[in-house]
Amino acid sequence: MATWTWFHKLASPPYLYRTAGRLLPWLAIPAIVLTLAGAYGGLVRAPADYQQGEAFRIIYVHAPSAWLSLMAYTVMAAAAAVGLIWRMKLAHALAAATAPIGASFTLLCLATGSLWGRPMWGTWWVWDARLTSQLILFFLYLGYMALHSAYDDTQRADRAAGLLAVVGIVNVPIIHFSVYWWNTLHQGSTVLRADGPAMPPSMLVPLLVSFAGYTLGYAALACVRLRAEVLGRERNASWLQELGRG
Amino acid sequence: MEHFLAMGGYGRFVWPSYALALAVFAWNIVAARRSFTSARERALRTAAANRAAPTEPKT
Repeated sequence: MATWTWFHKLASPPYLYRTAGRLLPWLAIPAIVLTLAGAYGGLVRAPADYQQGEAFRIIYVHAPSAWLSLMAYTVMAAAAAVGLIWRMKLAHALAAATAPIGASFTLLCLATGSLWGRPMWGTWWVWDARLTSQLILFFLYLGYMALHSAYDDTQRADRAAGLLAVVGIVNVPIIHFSVYWWNTLHQGSTVLRADGPAMPPSMLVPLLVSFAGYTLGYAALACVRLRAEVLGRERNASWLQELGRG
Repeated sequence: MEHFLAMGGYGRFVWPSYALALAVFAWNIVAARRSFTSARERALRTAAANRAAPTEPKT
């Protein structure tokens, strides 16, 4: 039972607000260092690909942004589900805080994919399964944010947008497995493969460093946005009186 | 240096990708900070108004 104490504490707005504030520097500084190190490794240290040449270096921004877009959506849908099932309002706050971060990195994934597709496939865009399902993910994020802002009542907004987030989770495995289920122009997984990554360490290490940097970057950004959500939802709470005095 | 910037002829695809990544990170940092600052200001204003509001006399 004691192992769940930390989880129950997260339902307390002042505890969550302060914890997110304390975690922020521990997430943001490593995120900046790792993201810059990953970009340096990808641009300078990694060798050129024997087939794609230097164009393959786009992978060091494209793959981490794709990973972040899927991870953020999974976090958003899980948080929305917790909010809907256990009526935990701070879980909805996390979902709302995650949506704009996830949407921006999904857009980055689509744009960098397009920039990579032009020299490799000879086209900016094709309606293949991976690209189309990733575009649907972007629309799901936009739909969540639009639905959430359509209601004045926060609880109704949380319920309506949360339901969309939960239903939309079906798209996440579709995106991941689309390259196996259908014939697509998009290459298969490079890192998350049953038989191990299809890259030599000199290419793989900067990519893993970028993954870590983007993941920590998401966590840091989510902490800032979550604190803003908590303040917005708790503005009449007595614990916020201390904020004015402090 | 010129060779590095050319990226084997793919520079016009590689560099915009990294520039976009930088722009997305920058936007996220600015937007998150702005959202927190405005929420904090609103919360402080509400807290100040609540403190200043006269309490209703008990009957």
